[in-house]
Amino acid sequence: MSKTIEEINSKIRSGKVVVVNAEEVIDIVRHRGLSQAASEIDVVTTGTFAPMCSSGIYFNIGHSKPRIKLEAGKTYLNDVPAYTGFAATDVMIGATALPEDDPRNKIHPGDFNYGGGHVIEDLVSGKDITLSATSYGTDCYPRKKLDTLINIQSLNEAVFFSLRNCYQNYNVAVNTSDKTIYTYLGIIKPRLGNAMYCSAGQLSPLLNDPYYKTIGIGTRLFLGGGTGYISWHGTQHSPSAPRTDNGVPKRGAATLSLTGDLKQMNARWLRGVSMQGYGASLGVGVGIPIPILNEEILEYTAITDEDIFTAVVDYSTAFPNNLPDILGETSYAQLKSGTIRLGSKSIPTASLSSYRRALEISNILKDWIASGNFLLTAPVAPIPGAESGQSTRPLNYRPVERNNC
Amino acid sequence: MKVSRKIVLHFPARLVEEPIAYRLVKDYNLQFNILKASIIPDSEGFVVLELSGSQEDYDRGIRFLAKTGVKIEALSQNVVRNEDKCTHCGACLTICPTGAFEVDPITREVLFVHDRCIACANCIKACPPRAMELHF
Repeated sequence: MSKTIEEINSKIRSGKVVVVNAEEVIDIVRHRGLSQAASEIDVVTTGTFAPMCSSGIYFNIGHSKPRIKLEAGKTYLNDVPAYTGFAATDVMIGATALPEDDPRNKIHPGDFNYGGGHVIEDLVSGKDITLSATSYGTDCYPRKKLDTLINIQSLNEAVFFSLRNCYQNYNVAVNTSDKTIYTYLGIIKPRLGNAMYCSAGQLSPLLNDPYYKTIGIGTRLFLGGGTGYISWHGTQHSPSAPRTDNGVPKRGAATLSLTGDLKQMNARWLRGVSMQGYGASLGVGVGIPIPILNEEILEYTAITDEDIFTAVVDYSTAFPNNLPDILGETSYAQLKSGTIRLGSKSIPTASLSSYRRALEISNILKDWIASGNFLLTAPVAPIPGAESGQSTRPLNYRPVERNNC
Repeated sequence: MKVSRKIVLHFPARLVEEPIAYRLVKDYNLQFNILKASIIPDSEGFVVLELSGSQEDYDRGIRFLAKTGVKIEALSQNVVRNEDKCTHCGACLTICPTGAFEVDPITREVLFVHDRCIACANCIKACPPRAMELHF
């Protein structure tokens, strides 16, 4: 039996929709079987909450009197540099930007207490942000300096935009060297002292729709506490990654570019984070609903942590040197048990992705759908799939020859 | 009655090479667990100890320490979790040397078991949303 998105939306409008999260669906399918469960369940909700570099925001501050063009000058938000190379009053800032006077890793490991992710959190929280800008004057934009407080409420548009979010799967990081390393996956202790992972596993959006059969461009979703959309596939989208028999990629694989109205979002789901010795980032909450159009799609959503595998990568050698070597593979069930085994070694695990928050997101999205406030969308175009052959290429390094005279 | 207390001992330079902890064990039947230490020969040093034993032995041991010239303070450093900031990711789990963080296997909530905390402060900067705070 199959359903259309329009039929599911009619059920949402009439309050008769049956919606469960990607954890609950596992037992339902186990007990009632695929066929019966597929006829009963209309929507499965997913969720993820983790640091996601590549996230950012843009906004329009409105024109000052007299006018200033920020576009070719320098603009700072709470001392963090922003990008203005679009137009006079459009400002963009990414999660990992740092104040110019931040000491970085001069005293290693650096703290990175405040960066672009924290500016985004503060702005979304409704706090005033200092915008300081300098530019050159023109006949139509004479002003050369601007020092003002801005607030999200008074901005013309404020938009979340990410180049890449929602990695379908992710590396587990370990360290075989003799010293502690400080990475974007956290602090990794020497001699395989710990293993860091970052995925919601069985709750994670793209692990529940491994071939992107329902998730595509235009898909409406939970983004940062508000409503967002998939605008494109994300950068480093790599759907040709190796997969297990159930279709689930065993490596990073797909990514999504997301956008949404920042004014609807809140700081519980957009959280500035500091990675010691590495930099600043933004914790982002995303939840994607999966319409259960048929048994096949339901079966994908019933995936469990036991059946999702990922690569264990040495972040002291292979990762920094961009080598393809992996030390082994492990399942999310093993990772969540608190220890993984690598050869004869037992390694304690820790997560950067909050499963508890991911579950909370999947439940909020469930409530939105069950209460009729959130309708599902069919993709207006697919994202490149496993058959596309698309994968992430390394940089083709071509040394520049210069005549230094 | 058995007591167990966390204390900070400051050693003046002249005592740094004295086997003071040994005396606590041998003469006063006290158990100690070194939580943190920084002792450089010919210079000052400090040790954070958890000292346990009977109340009587404990009091005698402390009197002995005071007599040697060691300055004794109660451990006042305290690590607390800001519940508004914690996102329950679990990055702290493998950083804590005493296992003061645990994940509830059902809810996946990250629990902070304060009794196990020795206030080493390793978690402060390992916490991405900076939810762990050091209070004095």
